[in-house]
Amino acid sequence: MSVDHTIRAAVALALFAANAAFGQGYAGLASDAEGFALPHPDYRLEFPADHGPHPDFRIEWWYVTANLEGPDGTNYGIQWTLFRTALRPGEAEAWASPQIWFGHAAVTTPETHLFSERFARGGIGQAGVEAAPFDAWIDEWRMWGPTISDVTLTAAGDDFAYRLELQAEGPLVLHGDDGYSVKSDEGQASHYYSQPSYLARGTLTLPEGEVQVEGRAWLDREWSSQPLSDRQTGWDWFSLHFENGAAMMGYFMRQTDGAPYAVATWIAPDGTGTPLPEGVLEAEPLETATVEDREIPVAWRLRLPPRDLDVEVRALNPQSWMGTTFSYWEGPVTVMGSHEGRGYLEMTGYE
Amino acid sequence: MKAAGLTAILSHWRRHPVQLATLILGLSLATALWSGVQAINAEARASYDAAARAIGGDGLPSLHQARGAAIPLDTYVALRRAGWLVTPVVEGTLRMTGGEVRLLGVDLLTAPPPALEGDLAGDVEPIDALGESGRLFAAPEIAARLASPDLPPVVAVEGVAPGLALADIGVAQRVLGEARIDRLLVLPDQPLGRPPLSEIAPDLEERAPDRQGGVARLTDSFHLNLTAFGLLSFVVGLFIVNGAVGLAFEQRRPTFRTLRALGLTARSLVTLLAVELLILSLAAGAIGMGLGGLIAAALLPDVAATLRGLYGATIEGSLTLRPAWWAAGIAIAVLGTAVAASGALWKVARLPALAPAQPRAWALASARTRRLQGAAAALLALAAVVLAVAGSGLVAGFLMLGALLLAAALLLPLWLAACLAGGQRLARGALAEWFWADTRQQLPGLSLALMSLLLALAANIGVGTMVDSFRLTFTGWLDQRLASELYVTARDDDEAARLVPWLEARADAVLPIARTDQRVAGAPAEIYGVADHPTYRDNWPLLAAEPEVWDAVAAGNAVLVNEQLARREGLRPGDPLDLPDGWRTRVGGIYSDYGNPAAQVLIGLDELYDRFPDYRRGDYGVRIAPERAEALRTALVDDFSLSPDQIVDQAALKRLSLDIFERTFAVTAALNVLTLTVAGFAILTSLLTLATLRLPQLAPVWALGLTRRHLAALELTRALVLAALTFSAAVPVGLMLAWVLLSVINVEAFGWSLPMHVFPADWARLALLSLLAAGVAGLWPARRLATRPPADLVKVFAHER
Repeated sequence: MSVDHTIRAAVALALFAANAAFGQGYAGLASDAEGFALPHPDYRLEFPADHGPHPDFRIEWWYVTANLEGPDGTNYGIQWTLFRTALRPGEAEAWASPQIWFGHAAVTTPETHLFSERFARGGIGQAGVEAAPFDAWIDEWRMWGPTISDVTLTAAGDDFAYRLELQAEGPLVLHGDDGYSVKSDEGQASHYYSQPSYLARGTLTLPEGEVQVEGRAWLDREWSSQPLSDRQTGWDWFSLHFENGAAMMGYFMRQTDGAPYAVATWIAPDGTGTPLPEGVLEAEPLETATVEDREIPVAWRLRLPPRDLDVEVRALNPQSWMGTTFSYWEGPVTVMGSHEGRGYLEMTGYE
Repeated sequence: MKAAGLTAILSHWRRHPVQLATLILGLSLATALWSGVQAINAEARASYDAAARAIGGDGLPSLHQARGAAIPLDTYVALRRAGWLVTPVVEGTLRMTGGEVRLLGVDLLTAPPPALEGDLAGDVEPIDALGESGRLFAAPEIAARLASPDLPPVVAVEGVAPGLALADIGVAQRVLGEARIDRLLVLPDQPLGRPPLSEIAPDLEERAPDRQGGVARLTDSFHLNLTAFGLLSFVVGLFIVNGAVGLAFEQRRPTFRTLRALGLTARSLVTLLAVELLILSLAAGAIGMGLGGLIAAALLPDVAATLRGLYGATIEGSLTLRPAWWAAGIAIAVLGTAVAASGALWKVARLPALAPAQPRAWALASARTRRLQGAAAALLALAAVVLAVAGSGLVAGFLMLGALLLAAALLLPLWLAACLAGGQRLARGALAEWFWADTRQQLPGLSLALMSLLLALAANIGVGTMVDSFRLTFTGWLDQRLASELYVTARDDDEAARLVPWLEARADAVLPIARTDQRVAGAPAEIYGVADHPTYRDNWPLLAAEPEVWDAVAAGNAVLVNEQLARREGLRPGDPLDLPDGWRTRVGGIYSDYGNPAAQVLIGLDELYDRFPDYRRGDYGVRIAPERAEALRTALVDDFSLSPDQIVDQAALKRLSLDIFERTFAVTAALNVLTLTVAGFAILTSLLTLATLRLPQLAPVWALGLTRRHLAALELTRALVLAALTFSAAVPVGLMLAWVLLSVINVEAFGWSLPMHVFPADWARLALLSLLAAGVAGLWPARRLATRPPADLVKVFAHER
């Protein structure tokens, strides 16, 4: 194990790993033992300021996924993610900055899944986010525009590239309690909001050539200092667009002792978001596929009785494995059943 | 039958333990020298590889600022943001107890992973490696020596090259006190749609991978040198084996004949003998490998010092013996034995079953053999001449050397025969005539041993001449080159601004030593600015120059180049020379620059200031009356509060340089002595062999009334005469060798030639040494003869044999 690989892995793990220290004594406290700020239920999100980074929090991400279609009807998916993690709260000059950034980008087709990964130091300008006008970047990967509702999104690896124009058709949606999203019974929480209603249009560059595409994109914004309870092993996260114009975000925090912690937000065709009580959304794995020597559920049954939702969610490409320094499954899905549509599925913690 | 045959054959060694010892010792010595040298070379190569791996960027192209200046952080970020996946590197030097290490700062997040064996997981938190405290990573043997309160904590990691400390770039910049980036490595697998470099950073130039070959190429000549020595020793060792095997086979002729008469086929006999040799060579090979390991371990520290001093290449001071080394060593012992014994085996194979069991001098050379040797020598000499004229490169140089030495060795019997024939003509009296005639008769049996003595002596004279010429030239050159009494380094521009007036008030002159690293004629080069001062005009070691060259340099009309650059580019005074930034100037002169592998250009100080504003500053030579130098040094420390390590005095610098020099050739000297020892041993074996065979020739002389003691004295004299004659041949051969080493090998290996000086006093010493070796080697057989029971001599007449 080399020095820098160790450091990259440790940095990536800091984002996802269960760490008991994070979970203790959150309530009412402004910071944890190491001085990181903690999400607070009384905090009210302010825009555009909260589109920018929160360096006092341990982790943060700007997460874009899009379901796209080519001229011949082929389905594609893309992912663009910028992560920020702080080794220590706050900022410092140049190389001394404790802020570390990394980016993941991917293009998924029914046959292939291409991805790339970037790392950057904070403090030198190699990566960062500015709230207004909106600009988020790492190396040449970039998401920028006059506002977060009107952005251009670019990324490239050595075998793929994409450039998409995203136009939001609806408002931002705050999850949980005005954007305070609880993740466990112990109270782990994050600040969490989404822009679920982007229309996307642009060009994918694949090994076979360029493809003009259009479709729908989804932005997730989340920051926290305490992502998982130590009883939680990973999560399954769904973002779905239905053909009737509605949408849904739902996630299941898998727990070692009992049923997953299930959270969902229903988004009406007019863009109004309604957080649903914990445990209302139900999920059942239907099929697994062997991905990188592990069994991963690539088809699910989702039920949301209050909305008469009973659908089967299936991976477009079961091998949508992000073999990055911290690896996970992330790819486009199709939705069949009571509601039809497309969406994205993210699954972490499958060992 | 075969088992019985093998027992019969092997029983010989039980009866002749000394002969067995000779054979084993000869082969062991040969294997030892060869494998010792190989072990040293392998160790050095492994160290170079480790150094290259530790950087992780081995084999990657890199981006550099034109004129060697630092790369701004903004440029790095602009490149990354344009899709150029590059990673920054800063380099510097750290002092530690008993030496220095290179500090390499890399961005731990974007650098290619270095291939380290050590495991850091769990030991170092990312915030510690990257953050304000920072960590240095170094090999365990360096880590303790490096630790210092002024530095970040040092973490020991297996596999970091010795002489190297790794750190995050931010940490390294803080330790070095300079926020600079020296180069950007271009990572493999670049993203699609990357714009050309000229659109992003037109100031940067992309350079081909700076392979570890850099060091390996530089040190090639040194390793080739060692290899040549090892090979020479091995060849000399094989002469011993050849002698010992020849003797053993000759003495067993009756046994062979009897075995054949009893029905053992010639094929079985040869097989049995081959098995015997295989066993012996495996045993001797194993002993030799053990000895070789010891030799390597003993010499390695000197080799390490040499490589560091001469090339800046760091190798580990400890030895790791690799499996491949063992295999190669044993294989070469077996192969060597096979080569050395093939002649003897061939004869056994063709031995008629009913051949008389009469031992004869087994290599009675006919006139034909001698003609063949002469022809071969002529061919080899011709090959050497062709190589000298047409060949180029280090390998050609060594091949030429080999051809010359072999030719000389082959000519030796001719020379000795001629001398002995001369002696015989001059001889008066029966005894004297017999002495010369008998010596001639022995010549074929001794010629191989004498050839090895010749080679050893020639190598001694040649290498000795080279080293002494080098030393003489080098010391003279040091006196010229290090003319300033004190060398002072300012920590920063601020200190320099105060230091210069302070010094000017107290010293005779303050000479700025300003330099910049550039590329000249497509290769890295140092450009120095020189002040217009008598220090340079009077002392600088110019090899060739135009008249009034210093005026031209001071006026910016000409530059001086070092011999390495001049030879590489074929430059002479008056030739045009292109320097960076389109500056076309003229070569005004060429100076000698020993010990520097790189090209160097001297320009006027003002030119340097104007054309290369980013030059490295802060170093000054101080001229002052030598007796006042110490006082000034003290004042610099006490009054100006310069730290003592910022001042180097001339004497210390010279001492250091000479020390490096001496250590460089310590290895050579040690190998020289070993080779001579092996050659002395070869003579001993040959004389012992002959002593037994020559009884039939001596017995009649004894019967005619010469005492055994007298005979023994004559035998000893004979050995001395032959050694003296061989030495007489070794002097010209050695001088030729020295000439090739100085004028061909040196130029190829280092880029400089040296004037040759001769040292007759050394020859006298060596002549005595060779007589001593021959005397000691001849003493034992002579003594055996003197104390031989007369009955043995009488038997010669009684027996059929």
